[in-house]
Amino acid sequence: MAELLDIADRFVGRAVAGEQIEVVVVHERETEVRAYEGEVESLTVAESQGVGVRVVSDGRQGFAYTGTLDEAAVAEALAEARDNLTFATPDEFCGVAEPDGVEPAVLDLHRAALADHPTDAKVAMALDLERLTREADGRIAGVESAEYADSVTETAVATSTGIRACSRETGCFVSSYALAEQDGETQTGFGFSLGREPGDLDIARAATEAADRATRMLGAVKPASGRFTVVLDPWVSAQFLGIGGGTLSGEMVQKGRSLFVDRLGDDVASSVVTLVDDPTDAAAFSATATDGEGLATRRNVLIDGGRLDRFVHNSQTARRAGTVSTGSAVRGYASTPGVGVQAVSLLPGPRRPADLIAGIDDGILVQGVSGLHSGVNPVSGDFSTGAEGLRIRRGELAEPVREFTIASTIQRMLHEIREVADDLEWLPMNAAGVTVVIGELTVSGI
Amino acid sequence: MQNESHDGPDGGAPLLDPGLLQETLTVAMRTGGEFAEVFVEDRRGISALFDDGRVEELTSGRDRGAGVRVVVGDTTGFAHTADLSRTGLRAAAEAAAAAARGGGGGVREVVLAAGATPAVGPVEVMPGDVPKADKVALLERADVAARSSGGAITQVAARYADSHRRILIANSDGLLTGDSQVRTLFSVSCVATGDMGMQTGRESVGHTVGFELFDRVDVGDLARRAARRALAKLEAVPAPSGEMPVVIGPGGGGVLFHEACGHGLEADLVAKSASVFAGRLGEQVAAPIVTLVDDGTMAGEWGRYAIDDEGRPAQCNVLIRDGMLTDYMWDHLRARREGRPSSGNGRRQSYRHLPMVRMTNTYLGAGDADPDEILAGTRHGVYVAQLGGGQVNTATGDFVFGMTEAYLIEDGELTYPIRDGNLIGNGPQTLLDIDAIAGDFAMGSPGTCGKDGQGVPVGDGTPTLRVTRLTVGGTAA
Repeated sequence: MAELLDIADRFVGRAVAGEQIEVVVVHERETEVRAYEGEVESLTVAESQGVGVRVVSDGRQGFAYTGTLDEAAVAEALAEARDNLTFATPDEFCGVAEPDGVEPAVLDLHRAALADHPTDAKVAMALDLERLTREADGRIAGVESAEYADSVTETAVATSTGIRACSRETGCFVSSYALAEQDGETQTGFGFSLGREPGDLDIARAATEAADRATRMLGAVKPASGRFTVVLDPWVSAQFLGIGGGTLSGEMVQKGRSLFVDRLGDDVASSVVTLVDDPTDAAAFSATATDGEGLATRRNVLIDGGRLDRFVHNSQTARRAGTVSTGSAVRGYASTPGVGVQAVSLLPGPRRPADLIAGIDDGILVQGVSGLHSGVNPVSGDFSTGAEGLRIRRGELAEPVREFTIASTIQRMLHEIREVADDLEWLPMNAAGVTVVIGELTVSGI
Repeated sequence: MQNESHDGPDGGAPLLDPGLLQETLTVAMRTGGEFAEVFVEDRRGISALFDDGRVEELTSGRDRGAGVRVVVGDTTGFAHTADLSRTGLRAAAEAAAAAARGGGGGVREVVLAAGATPAVGPVEVMPGDVPKADKVALLERADVAARSSGGAITQVAARYADSHRRILIANSDGLLTGDSQVRTLFSVSCVATGDMGMQTGRESVGHTVGFELFDRVDVGDLARRAARRALAKLEAVPAPSGEMPVVIGPGGGGVLFHEACGHGLEADLVAKSASVFAGRLGEQVAAPIVTLVDDGTMAGEWGRYAIDDEGRPAQCNVLIRDGMLTDYMWDHLRARREGRPSSGNGRRQSYRHLPMVRMTNTYLGAGDADPDEILAGTRHGVYVAQLGGGQVNTATGDFVFGMTEAYLIEDGELTYPIRDGNLIGNGPQTLLDIDAIAGDFAMGSPGTCGKDGQGVPVGDGTPTLRVTRLTVGGTAA
């Protein structure tokens, strides 16, 4: 890790008078095993690295990156970044971050146990996952993919303004995609388990979940169109949060590209909605103590009891808004720092999902959505996605349904959230899932 | 005009010495591998963003490295490295061989024979030779054109990007080949603000050509089209909900076929019975007017290449002819197992990824219907002028795609613009439900197809067509 910071320091040290330099260095080691029909289908052992260089001068920024730590290549990137900035339009708010005195949280995100875990044992986990998925139910006809994947990521950020940040994280997960078959019909289901080291993973649970989700869809029919109470399961609500979180980016708001423009302080959701972005929560898969500009991350309450409280900012959008960074710069080595949520979740409620479902006379539990990237417009707020799940009749889960869409606007859906369950779970993304009841959405089927 | 020497200071040098490739393959095969391959890539690119009335930034990037794979039985071992020295390549070859776990041992010398590389599309103006100022000037022109389209245009973002990707592939069958792929892209996104909220409009153009793209594409026109789209939607009514006929405009419908059956015809998914089209070769899978082609050789198109990322020349593959399923798409590994040639569809995002079966330019052949008559013959439905992205579950065939410019059809005429939304259908059913195809074929916008976390550039095209029944996922009754 010291080595990455050394590289960053060396190039930051080349800043001339009136020039700011920011260097981000990333190194990642990955293992990925895929199993198929009792054999290893593929095993990837890889190491990647890269360096991004941002130079700011006279309110203009230029950027360049290279996919190697090689000194000559980084020097070339620095020269390119300097050249690139000459074409930018001056902007008084442009600049790298300044130290803000906030101490990064001490998070235990790196486990030596992951790197020490023998490859053979990782291979065995993928094979076990595939076998357990096939054995979970007589109707499982195959497993499209059964995978173990892990990564050890080290990041260093340094700037000529005095920022020096390092982080080191491990993460791993298993995921299984089961194919269930009956009477010539095929249905699919996904299951996973994640953690910071292989010992955290619950392979049996991932296998069972994939098989259950696939088999419960057998015999699914297309529902009638209409307006229904819809329950989103944790996997689905997390995907909505991940996409919806983008609308709370200070950059999107400042550029007039968010449905929340001019809504700060307004009641934008029902009172049961408290939305928190907290990368300092070590339980989050995407937890991190420092952000893409090297500032400490922090817990940000974005929507508090339905009221829009705050947007997330990096240092540049914060300057423009006359506020301070919320530690929300997001980036890889190949891009300048953007702004985004990093570990977003809804505050869970007191009741179990089954209790919520018991109170619904006629509705649909959605367990999978598709086409989110094409179906959610973060500017207008219109959304419409493909869905599958189970009907809810008289408080009980009933027959499976598929090939329908759920639609509304984000604005309306937020006000329609009736209740949030107690089953909060972090997923392999920048959001946690939790069961949520939406009073009314339009269902398009037959 | 295509010439490696046009690519800056080191453009003319070979990516890697053939002797070193041969040595790396020999190391990779040392533990009893049945097949080994070295894929070397050097990609340079620049992108420039004009947003919020400013040239926000230019980004230059370079990624260079090699991926080594070794196949033993049903197992593929893979490793990659950014270190193209002898030491770096040897380490990657050993790691890939160990991962594939060849038990046999023994030495198999690999001898490479440089094959004739198929002719690549001519690049007239290498983007690397064009001053950055000229690229920035295009962005400014687009911004002015979009903003002058109407006072309701409140935000404009324009992006320019070019890339030059050089690849070199050597494998244990003795293959040694390479390609030089130049792509140029321009896009404009607008926001319009009205009494009923904000709406968006987007247009993009991308081709596997150099900067000469702008000799025939006026970025001002492109920007005005994006702006018009956003402005038109300010008056949009909620989209209808439920099953109805859907007419798709020329160039707009490629995504539908990409999702409805394209992915389901990829041999890797077919082999795992994860496709509704598995075991259906030779069967009638679509209406007899449907002929679907995947063509990696289409000059200048976004999904075009001379060779795929396994060294196989691109082909024009007819997938469905007159409604009959004629073939799937194949990569090296799947084809090798079936004892047949690859169809030139083995692609990967970068040297850091394993190749798999991917589409190139997928299009529906022209029919003989009159587009105006198709519309006039539709009493009540939806006309989609521009589609957004889509997604498919190949095992069930259920697919969705977005509409980013669409209108209500009432009594055979377009009436109101409708708000964005998704449509959903089932691939095998939708192919049978196509009842009219016009002769006005056009290619659509450049796309990026995602599969298993890898994105590759793809093109698509269709004439005007009608599907008798799709589910429109709006909110209106």
